[in-house]
Amino acid sequence: MREFGYERPTQPTDALAILGRTSGARYLGGGTNLVDLMKLGVETPSVLVDVTALPYDVIEEAPGGGLRVGSCVRNSDLAANLAVRRRYPVLAHAVLAGASGQLRNMATVGGNLLQRTRCSYFQDVTKPCNKRVPGSGCPAREGEHHNLAMFGASQHCIATHPSDMAVALAALDAVVHVSEPAGPREVPLADFYRLPGDEPQRETTLDPGALITAVELPALPLAANSRYRKARERASYAFAIGSVAAALDVADGVVRDVRLALGAVAPVPWRAHLAEQALRGGPATEHAFREAADAELAGAQPLRDNRYKVPLVRNLIVRTLSDLVDAS
Amino acid sequence: MTTLSRTVGAPVNRVEGKAKVTGEARYAAEFPLTRLAYGWVVQATIARGRVLSVEEEAGMRMPGVLAVITHGNAPRLQVVDDGELLVLQDEQVHYRGQTVALVVASTLEQARAAADALRVSYAAEPHDVLLSADHPRLYAPDHVNPNYPTDTLTGDVEAGMARAEVTVDETYSTPAEHNNPMEPHSSTAQWDGDRLTVYDSNQGATRVHQQLAQVFGLDRSTVRVLSEHVGGGFGSKGSARPQTVLAAMAARMLDRPVRVTLSRQQQFSMVGYRTPTIQRVRLGADRSGRLAALDHEVFEQTSTLYEFAEQTALFSRVMYATPNLRTRHRLVALDVPTPRWMRAPGEAPGSFALESAMDELAEACAVDPIELRVRNDAAVEPEGGRPFSSRNLVACLSEGASRFGWADRDPRPATRRDGRWLIGTGVAASTYPARSAPSTASVSAEANGAFVVRVTAADIGTGARTALTQVAADELGVPLERVDVRIGDSDYGPAMIAGGSMGMASWSWAVVKACRQLRADIDEHGGVPDGGLVARADTADDIAAQANLARHGFGAQFAEVRVDVDTGEIRVPRLLGVFAVGRIINAKTARSQLIGGMTWGLSMALFEESVMDAEFGDYLNHDLAGYHVAANADVQGIDVSWLDEHDDQLNPLGVKGIGEIGIVGTAAAIANAVYHATGHRQRHLPIRPDRVLSP
Ligand SMILES: Cc1cc2nc3c(=O)[nH]c(=O)nc-3n(C[C@H](O)[C@H](O)[C@H](O)COP(=O)(O)OP(=O)(O)OC[C@H]3O[C@@H](n4cnc5c(N)ncnc54)[C@H](O)[C@@H]3O)c2cc1C
Ligand code: SF4
Repeated sequence: MREFGYERPTQPTDALAILGRTSGARYLGGGTNLVDLMKLGVETPSVLVDVTALPYDVIEEAPGGGLRVGSCVRNSDLAANLAVRRRYPVLAHAVLAGASGQLRNMATVGGNLLQRTRCSYFQDVTKPCNKRVPGSGCPAREGEHHNLAMFGASQHCIATHPSDMAVALAALDAVVHVSEPAGPREVPLADFYRLPGDEPQRETTLDPGALITAVELPALPLAANSRYRKARERASYAFAIGSVAAALDVADGVVRDVRLALGAVAPVPWRAHLAEQALRGGPATEHAFREAADAELAGAQPLRDNRYKVPLVRNLIVRTLSDLVDAS
Repeated sequence: MTTLSRTVGAPVNRVEGKAKVTGEARYAAEFPLTRLAYGWVVQATIARGRVLSVEEEAGMRMPGVLAVITHGNAPRLQVVDDGELLVLQDEQVHYRGQTVALVVASTLEQARAAADALRVSYAAEPHDVLLSADHPRLYAPDHVNPNYPTDTLTGDVEAGMARAEVTVDETYSTPAEHNNPMEPHSSTAQWDGDRLTVYDSNQGATRVHQQLAQVFGLDRSTVRVLSEHVGGGFGSKGSARPQTVLAAMAARMLDRPVRVTLSRQQQFSMVGYRTPTIQRVRLGADRSGRLAALDHEVFEQTSTLYEFAEQTALFSRVMYATPNLRTRHRLVALDVPTPRWMRAPGEAPGSFALESAMDELAEACAVDPIELRVRNDAAVEPEGGRPFSSRNLVACLSEGASRFGWADRDPRPATRRDGRWLIGTGVAASTYPARSAPSTASVSAEANGAFVVRVTAADIGTGARTALTQVAADELGVPLERVDVRIGDSDYGPAMIAGGSMGMASWSWAVVKACRQLRADIDEHGGVPDGGLVARADTADDIAAQANLARHGFGAQFAEVRVDVDTGEIRVPRLLGVFAVGRIINAKTARSQLIGGMTWGLSMALFEESVMDAEFGDYLNHDLAGYHVAANADVQGIDVSWLDEHDDQLNPLGVKGIGEIGIVGTAAAIANAVYHATGHRQRHLPIRPDRVLSP
């Protein structure tokens, strides 16, 4: 670990200003990802600007009937919030399915969104990795990739985004509020992350120095009937190998509306638009759910060791939607 | 002399429990020393080749750096057989992660920063890191760990197989697994002239002190190794590891104390792991399941620095009666870190193969798997024919069967379902050698009425210190409070390590002997004289005089699993282990040992796997986020019990050792239950969801 400076401003303008004038400065949320990466030498910030004293630690009603979640709200507090649990249960489930109690107590909403991939080559500075050192290569393609992407990857990078929370946010059409040097901006989650293409080092559409201030959950009545289902290699404290965030509105055996997003299958939380299209207006049956899943999975490009994700995701979609039918 | 048995057997709380939870107990990296400097290991980033240069001067200019030690300036060591200890002696790189330099600085952070920045250039050569059963360089080692024959043959296996009415011929494999004790490997060395003192995290101060004396060419009496509290080892601290030699080397060069502690990541290459194994098991039987032949052939790896040959097929030499029995081990020396002991080396992977194959045989013969094992129970040790000192496998199986509710089991696979869960149950047998090794101990009667026992035992979290306190109190006929057991100091005299499940069987013998001697001395003096009395004991002669018997603990493992049909995720709502392991000294810590062992077995069955990267030659998932050990949520119900077993052919207390038997057979019981649940046989560990989904 290299020496670094530490600041803990209370005013957002100060935070932005420090980042603007200090090369290599980085925001620090709970530190549960950034500090680990600093120990590994993957991140080498000059100054850490701790954002947790900024006034972004509340969850409040948003105009239009949604909720506005401050970027510094701890993951545990987000999952425990009554309004979240009632109106967006999928989000509470997803957060609780991630990491461990201790980590969730520290982790912030902003940090969770920007956590880096768990690809093991990315985390080892003695090895090449296009995401860490552009142009150095992607050993995962031939090497260990059993938990890497089958959607949205490129020749240059097949990493997955590891967040559970972000999968739920993708299903909920959340909007990320940021302050950028040029001013504030609202970025729909669908436009927040970018696919790797030939620049896997660029993971979001944010400007350098952008400060996440909040995540807004729009009013979405069908989200009251929603859930998150995560498959993993041990019962807790493991990243997903496949996950589904789903919200379903069924009436008289017909799907009136649906939201579906997939985790651990792509470099971004993967909104399953093709499956949603196939479902809307159709029958709420296992058969239809399976066909919708297959419509989405037709576009999957699994690799040597992650083919199991195809049946896994198919089963997760069918099961989660069926459970939502039973619950509605 | 009469012995009052008052505390042996009782569930006594750990005597050092309070010191541990209040932080008063000091571990190796916690001893404050003046002028202490810190070393950080620089590891090779190639798997094979040579170090061409190290930019030492640039390293020396980094803040706080006191020394950059490389093969170019390191003092020469005495040649010892463990090549891993000959650190920085030449430019050869034998595996990725091997030490190529040690950076020493005034603070840990400075040492680490300079180590990270240190430039090392290499001449890399092509490496070979993948084990296979047809590797061209497989060979038969001279013996397997620690000194068992590599191959054995009784009768004629091919003839037995040819005559058999039912056969099983399958290949099972287990991955590399890492020990991962909570406390990292750490050593702090201090020289006082030619006297060396090392605070070290290990499983036996005697062995580390002998190795240090050898490698530095010192008289043993001038080396002292202290390891009062140790936070786990699981085999990886059974002997000195490179950080111990590095700390002592640096301390001598700098003439000040130096501490070297390894990071979690470094422990994935520098301190050992369990070799991956490929095991072919062939069983031949008559229709009723009686074995006509058993053939167990094992392929595994070692490094090019030191030969370690895991005794994986040993399990098959002990378990079942058969006229035709063959076991073989083949090894290949790859460009990998040296595999070493890991909890129940041999028996843990070996039992997975044989006990899975027995389940397959039971099904092929349509015989209940417990009945199959009973029918093949051995009257004498199958390989070699020695009589058993005691063998209560059948009693463990039947006790377990009634506790578990085995009688109503429907053997048909894939027929029980609860919602989205498939349910199955499985059984496997367990065994582990019950050996004792020579040890010394002393006990002194103090004028104030206290007794102080000194023995170079190690308490790696097992409860050994507490159990020895009970043993001494009973032998001396005094309450526990009057006995002070001091361990983990090589100055106390040679003793066995905490390894091979031999610690308690070895140390308690020496302690009992010393206590009996002391009581005799006290009687002779008509009381404790003002200056106190000391008695010493050495068990070497007693152990040499033991009858030539087969001594083993036995056990039966039962598992119930639930397999999610959608995801392949597995839960284990019930594990039951019943063991016949001689006398239990402390019911509480013994239960913890067995539960801990079974948890390891569960973890081995479902999670643990070090993934070798073919391109780079290292174990990729080198931290506890990537290397999965069972979390609390994975451990649902573990029930442990033991039979009241008396074996007077072991050691004075009749102790068999319980550190490892808990892990043996657990993985097979779980794999057999997964088969019973799903109808798919899992012959490769761990049974990950992807392997369940795409069998
Ligand atoms: C062992 C382990 C297991 C885990 N398992 C899971 C799991 O199963 N599922 C899961 O989803 N996650 C898991 N996590 C990841 C965890 O959720 C993230 O580490 C956490 O959410 C990150 O939040 P943080 O506040 O600690 O971020 P930090 O580490 O502080 O920061 C992460 C990144 O976000 C940036 N950042 C932080 N706040 C802001 C802001 N307001 N504006 C702009 N940039 C910001 C930082 O600069 C940094 O780049 C696990 C982590 C560990 C260590
Ligand atoms: S998948 Fe992406 S993160 Fe992983 S090695 Fe390749 S480029 Fe790096």
